[in-house]
Amino acid sequence: MQQVSGSSQVVIPVPKKKKQPPLAWVGQGFFILLGIVVAVILISNLIRQPTLFAQFFISGLQLGFVYAMIALGYTMVYGIVKLINFAHGDVFMVGAFVSYFAVARFRLHQWPLAVFPEISPGLGVVIGSLTVILLSMVICSALAITIERVAYKPLRDAPRIAALITAIGVSFFLEYFGALNFVFSPRFIPYERPFEVVAWYIKDGIHLIKPGEAPPDGAITFSNILVIIIVASILVQIFLQFLVKRTKIGIAMRASSYDKPAARLMGINVDSVISFTFAIGAAFAGLGGVLYAIAYSSIWTQLGILPGLKAFVAAVLGGIGSIPGAFVGALIMGQAEAMTMGYISTPMRDAVAFTILIIVLLIRPTGIFGEPEKEKV
Amino acid sequence: MELGFLLGSIVKIIGILAYLYGLLKVLAHPNRWVKIIGVVVAFGVIQLALTNIGGFQVLTNFDSGLLFQACAMTMVALGLNLIYGFNGQFSLGQWGFYGIGAYTAADITYRWVNGDARGLLVVGFGTILGGLALIYIGRWLKRFRGVPVLSSFTLYLIGAILAGILAVFIGNALNPMLEPLLGTSLNPGILNSPLALQIVFFLAVVFAGIFAAEVSFLFGLPVLTLGSDYFGIATLGFTIVVNVLMINSDTILPFPEMKGGRGMVGIPKLTTWFWAFFFMMAVIIIMRNLIQSSTGRAIISVREDEVAAKAMGIDVAGSKLLAFVVGSFFAGIGGAVYAHFIGFLSPGTFGFLQSFNPLIIIVFGGLGSMTGTIAASFGWIFFLEGLLRVLLSQMGTEAPTWRFVLYPITLLLLMLIRPQGLLGNIEWGFLKQKEVLPREIPAVDQPEVAASKA
Repeated sequence: MQQVSGSSQVVIPVPKKKKQPPLAWVGQGFFILLGIVVAVILISNLIRQPTLFAQFFISGLQLGFVYAMIALGYTMVYGIVKLINFAHGDVFMVGAFVSYFAVARFRLHQWPLAVFPEISPGLGVVIGSLTVILLSMVICSALAITIERVAYKPLRDAPRIAALITAIGVSFFLEYFGALNFVFSPRFIPYERPFEVVAWYIKDGIHLIKPGEAPPDGAITFSNILVIIIVASILVQIFLQFLVKRTKIGIAMRASSYDKPAARLMGINVDSVISFTFAIGAAFAGLGGVLYAIAYSSIWTQLGILPGLKAFVAAVLGGIGSIPGAFVGALIMGQAEAMTMGYISTPMRDAVAFTILIIVLLIRPTGIFGEPEKEKV
Repeated sequence: MELGFLLGSIVKIIGILAYLYGLLKVLAHPNRWVKIIGVVVAFGVIQLALTNIGGFQVLTNFDSGLLFQACAMTMVALGLNLIYGFNGQFSLGQWGFYGIGAYTAADITYRWVNGDARGLLVVGFGTILGGLALIYIGRWLKRFRGVPVLSSFTLYLIGAILAGILAVFIGNALNPMLEPLLGTSLNPGILNSPLALQIVFFLAVVFAGIFAAEVSFLFGLPVLTLGSDYFGIATLGFTIVVNVLMINSDTILPFPEMKGGRGMVGIPKLTTWFWAFFFMMAVIIIMRNLIQSSTGRAIISVREDEVAAKAMGIDVAGSKLLAFVVGSFFAGIGGAVYAHFIGFLSPGTFGFLQSFNPLIIIVFGGLGSMTGTIAASFGWIFFLEGLLRVLLSQMGTEAPTWRFVLYPITLLLLMLIRPQGLLGNIEWGFLKQKEVLPREIPAVDQPEVAASKA
């Protein structure tokens, strides 16, 4: 945008730097100031108490990797059908509950030891936990496919708001149906873990924390849950990258998200691709739900709302439709939340998450990894 | 027994809808006196039904509660319909502005009856000075072309903050003068007489609305530049942020009387049927006149096609902002009316799940239909509460949950069967779009016009 000044003489246009719009420095200065304040808070705390900072960083990592698993489903579904699938967070909740019932009611995690008593207990726990997780993933996929077929598919050609309202309706239905006494009950339920938590502390090397023993001052603690979440999340990322970039169904997904009618003309069954996308996103949400429940050990039927929203925010942050973007956005989100909880105040964590979203969208409207949208003329 | 309740609530819904129909028909009458008498009669009918005559009351206290709630909901939902139904901006932030209005107005009157005039003074001066600051900064910014949104936002924010600080100083300075006149809560002074309280209530509602509108201006300015879905998520975030601030209003924010998550108690119950009716009618009339003006047509044209609207010389960004601010103003007024009828505010009322209520109402009633929104607000409140009563006898303590299991199913069925809403584009009486007659083409030859213009 060039300023038009009437008084200036006609001069030969010299190619020079693009002129800044008037008063642009005010907005830039505001954000630079904001950034400086945040940086000063973080750096001063890092210098004052480096171990505390590292501890917050680790809890941020844990949150971020969980968000990453949920954000994948949002970003893929939005990429293909352009729908904010509000029910995704509730699928995440269902995943946590399925694993709770499998573990606490049916003791499914102990089946290897019950069937093959001679295998080592460690291997038994690993196989049992994997079974629980797989069961949650499968049930979440089935649920997501059902939701997609019953609620979203009939509305594919309807205005977008209809699908969005339906998504909100499905989300409400899952939350309140789950809150009925004969389903999940409306209470907070203490979650029984399929495996024991083992924690370590880092101070002059890594040491195991024995039960009933406090770690020494100035040590950074972490648990096997953190390691499992990080490993699972990274594996999911690699798997999805492979799936989307290298396999036939991945090509079909990308084609459908780019241009549905053309993809249909090329012989792609778009409906089944969409169902597959929902299923795979829900499977990872189920995985995330189990790991979230294991990490935070308390579940209830509205568990999925805020993590779901924040994961969507993370997906938008990274550039919606982009899988690495969702990953990076989720990590940023987790750090922002952990640092807010540490240095500002715990209740402000939700506020900061959305403030970051607004700021990032203002500076870069397509998100960090997003491609600029094609302008309709 | 349950059947009786259900039939009763259905009769009530039909009665209310017939009442609204008659009210809107009367308002459409060309004669001014018929209009005024009609509105007064409409007000009187319900007032009569609400008064206890010889131990008999047509509408019970429970019903009157529903009625006031429906009036507040009508205002909020109409505001959202202006933003989303008429202007096409998918907003989930309406509930946040509703909460801002409720808490602002409640704080003013709560402090007032407890012998503290600072609430009214600070909020009053704050909104007035803040509004002046925003207007003058806006005028000053018009001198430049192509100012980035972030810069103008920063300037507006600085202006608003300075106005707020100034208002706090003025409020603290003027408060000692008024305090003796207010008296204490046990020994109310002259300014706490019933009449004075009514005036304070009116001011509180108006200031709460203006405050919500100013917040929405500051928030909407940068956020409206985002795309539609991003705008929805950002406004949803706004609702959540407002809710978080409410929960921590006594620790993070310096408002101990709001009592944070425990809920604000002791708000004077000043909303009478007169005020609820008055503010609802004001909102309906303002909105109808806005929609049918050229500004309103500009707002609608932005929904239809932004590029075409811009090509016709419509200020797209300005229209969006105007719709957003006016819609939030209505939400603030609705919240203020709600707060003074219920007498108790808890952050749970303004939570995430409830924030979808106005959206669902306008979708039920039909996007872009004022009649649909009004009818759906009344029908929704009466239906849900009627359903609750029926379910309570069947399900016991699980009834509230069952209600929220059945109502998403209704929503899904509605979306599948009739996605344009129950009333679609039908408007009743007063709200009907006036027939725009084709303007007579001047009997002048085209070249002459061109020549005279040149």
